[in-house]
Amino acid sequence: MSPPGRPKGEYRSAQHEGIPVSPLVEVDGLAKTFDVSAPWLNRVVERKPRQFVHAVDDVAFEIARGTTLALVGESGCGKSTVARLLVGLYAPTRGRVVFDGLDTAGKGRPNSVRRRMQMIFQDPYASLNPRWKVQDIVAEPLREHGFAEGRSGAANDRQLVERVAELLQSVGLAAADAEKFPHQFSGGQRQRISIARALATEPEFLVCDEPTSALDVSVQAQVLNIMKELQSRQGLTYLFISHNLAVVRHVSDQVGVMYLGRIVEIASKAELFAAPRHPYTRMLLDAIPDIHMSGRSRTPVQGEVPNPLNPPAGCSFNPRCPHANERCRVERPMPLAAGAARVACHAVEEGRI
Amino acid sequence: MPDPLLDVRHLRVEFPTRRGTLVALDDISFSIAPGEILGVVGESGAGKSLTGASIIGLLDPPGRIAAGEIRFDGRRIDDLPYEAMRKVRGRSIGAIFQDPLTSLDPLYTIGRQLTETIQTHLPVGAAEARQRAVRLLQETGIPAAEERLDQYPHQFSGGMRQRVVIALALAGEPKLIVADEPTTALDVSIQAQIISLLKRLCKEHGAAVMLVTHDMGVIAETCDRVAVMYAGRIVEIGPVAAVIHAPAHPYTAGLMGSIPAMDEDRPRLLQIDGAMPRLTAIPPGCAFNPRCPRVFDRCLVERPDLLPAGATQAACWLHAAPQRAAA
Repeated sequence: MSPPGRPKGEYRSAQHEGIPVSPLVEVDGLAKTFDVSAPWLNRVVERKPRQFVHAVDDVAFEIARGTTLALVGESGCGKSTVARLLVGLYAPTRGRVVFDGLDTAGKGRPNSVRRRMQMIFQDPYASLNPRWKVQDIVAEPLREHGFAEGRSGAANDRQLVERVAELLQSVGLAAADAEKFPHQFSGGQRQRISIARALATEPEFLVCDEPTSALDVSVQAQVLNIMKELQSRQGLTYLFISHNLAVVRHVSDQVGVMYLGRIVEIASKAELFAAPRHPYTRMLLDAIPDIHMSGRSRTPVQGEVPNPLNPPAGCSFNPRCPHANERCRVERPMPLAAGAARVACHAVEEGRI
Repeated sequence: MPDPLLDVRHLRVEFPTRRGTLVALDDISFSIAPGEILGVVGESGAGKSLTGASIIGLLDPPGRIAAGEIRFDGRRIDDLPYEAMRKVRGRSIGAIFQDPLTSLDPLYTIGRQLTETIQTHLPVGAAEARQRAVRLLQETGIPAAEERLDQYPHQFSGGMRQRVVIALALAGEPKLIVADEPTTALDVSIQAQIISLLKRLCKEHGAAVMLVTHDMGVIAETCDRVAVMYAGRIVEIGPVAAVIHAPAHPYTAGLMGSIPAMDEDRPRLLQIDGAMPRLTAIPPGCAFNPRCPRVFDRCLVERPDLLPAGATQAACWLHAAPQRAAA
C-alpha cells in the first residue's frame, strides 16, 4: 500500500534503538526578505525609497527524527514564513534548509523530497476545496506523486479508494466519509481530513501551521491527541507553529521563541518552561491567563511589537525590555549557548538577569 | 445580595426559517449584580454572543425574543421600541465587540467618534466633551492622548484600537458593559494588557461586566461568576473558583480537561468525543447526552433544569437524586 521507495518503519528503528542519528531537518542562517516597495512610478514621482521587510532573519534550528519543534511568537513574528520556507512554498533569500542530508532550499527540489514533507494549514474551512469530495481531496497527493501508477484505470481507482479509506480511519473518520463534501463536516472533522491528506504520501515530516487555532478547545483536544498518536505510531517529525504556549507545552519536545523574524530563545520544553531566560520568553509566559491560578496578579507587559518595516536598532526587543541598557540599543545580540538553551540576549550573556 | 442590575428570566430566542423554527437560546436565566463581572463561556455556536446581543437589543433579524424577559435596573428592556432602546444602549449599557477594526468607523477621527458618543448620551458641550474624550483615552493608557484624538483608526495598532473601543464603551458612563470576545483578536501580551485594563476601569467606574469569551483562562483571571453554555442553554453557573476546580456538569468537566495546562504534564488531553449538535438536530432530553460519559436513562428523555450542585448550579440529572433524598 505504501508508495514506492521507502520501506515502512525505517525511520522508527534508528530512534528507538537509541543510535545517535543526524537530525531530519537542519536549518541554518535562514532568511526571507519581502519587497514591499511602492510601485515603480510612485517611487520615481514621490521619491519613495525601496522598502524591504525582513520577515525571517538568521534562523537556525535542528529537528531530530520523531520529535516536535514548536515555534511560538506573536502575530507578525515570522513563524508562518519559516513554515512556508521549510515546505518550499517560499524560496529563501539566504540560508540552507537541509532535509535528511539533502539541501532543499531554492527551486527545483525533487519530487522525492516533496513527498516526504507535508503541511497542515490553520483554517480547515479555507484549505479544503468545497467542490471536491473528501475522496478526491485526500487522493490528490497520491495522484500527484504517482501512487499506483501504471495500472489500469479501474484497478488504480479501487486502490485509491482503499488507501483513502485507510487514511480516514487512521484519523478517526469513517471510510464512508470519503463520499461527502467538506461542508458536511465540523471544523474539527475538517482538520482531520487535512491531516489525512497530509499523511497520504506517508511523509516523515509534517509542518503544522497553527493547526488548532481555529478550533474550539474540546475539538482542539481531539486533534492534538490524534497528532500525538500518529507521531508515536508512525515516528513522524513535526514543526508545530502556534501562538498558544499551553498547546506548545503539550505537544513539543523543543521550543523556539520568535520575535520580529528571529529566534530569541530555543530550548528543550522542560528547560524553557521551567527556566525561561530571554526577557521576551518570560513576558510571554507571564502573559498567559492560567485557569489554575485565578486571582494571581501579574504585571502586564508594556508596549507592542514594533513595526517590522522599521525595527529598532540593536536588540529588536529593547524598547519593551525592562533590562535593556546602552549595549542593547546599539548591538544586536547573537544566539549564544546559555545552559542547555540558546539565547540571543546581552543581559543573559553578561549575567545581568 | 443586592438587587440585580441585570435580570434575565427564561429568555428564549428563535430564528424562524423555511424549515421550521430554530430555538437558538432556550430558557436562559441569570442575573448580574452591580459591579459584578459575569463570564459567559462556551464553544462556538453555544449561544453566548446571541445572549449578549439580546441584552443590548442588537439581535439580527429574523432572530427574535420569543419568550422571557430582560430587566435592567428594575425596568424591562427587551420589549422597548428601537428608539427607546437606542437611549439605553451606550448610555446605560456599553458594548465592546471582538474585532476592534470593524467596531470603529474608518472615516471619522477617534476624537469625533468619542465626542459624538459622549454628546449623544450626556448633556455636555463640545469643549467639555473633548476634555472628557482626552481623559478617557488617558485612562485607557493611550500615550499622547491629545494628539491621537485627531487621528484615524487606521493609525492605531490592534491593541490601541481595542483601548479606544473600551473608551467608547465607557463614554456614556454605563452601569453595565457587554464585552463580546474583547481579546480574541489580540496577541497574548496585548490580551493581558487589555484584560487588566478592562478590569481596572470597570472597578473605577463601578460598571458591571458581562464578559463573553471562549477562553477559560481569561474567565479565571477576570470574573466573579461564570455561566457555561452548551447548545443554547446554560448548563452550569456559579462562582469562578468552584466551576473551575469542582465542575458539577460533565460538559464543564470535559471542557476543563481538554485545555492543555501549564502546570502539569499529561500524555493525552481529556477529550469530549463528537461535536456540539447543530440547532437543527438537538437531541431530546439533555442536549449533551450523546457526548456525555455519565449518561443514563433519564438524560435521554427529560431535559434537566439548573439544579443546586455544591457551590454551583448545574443542569444535570446527576444532581437530582440526592436533592430528592434530602427533601
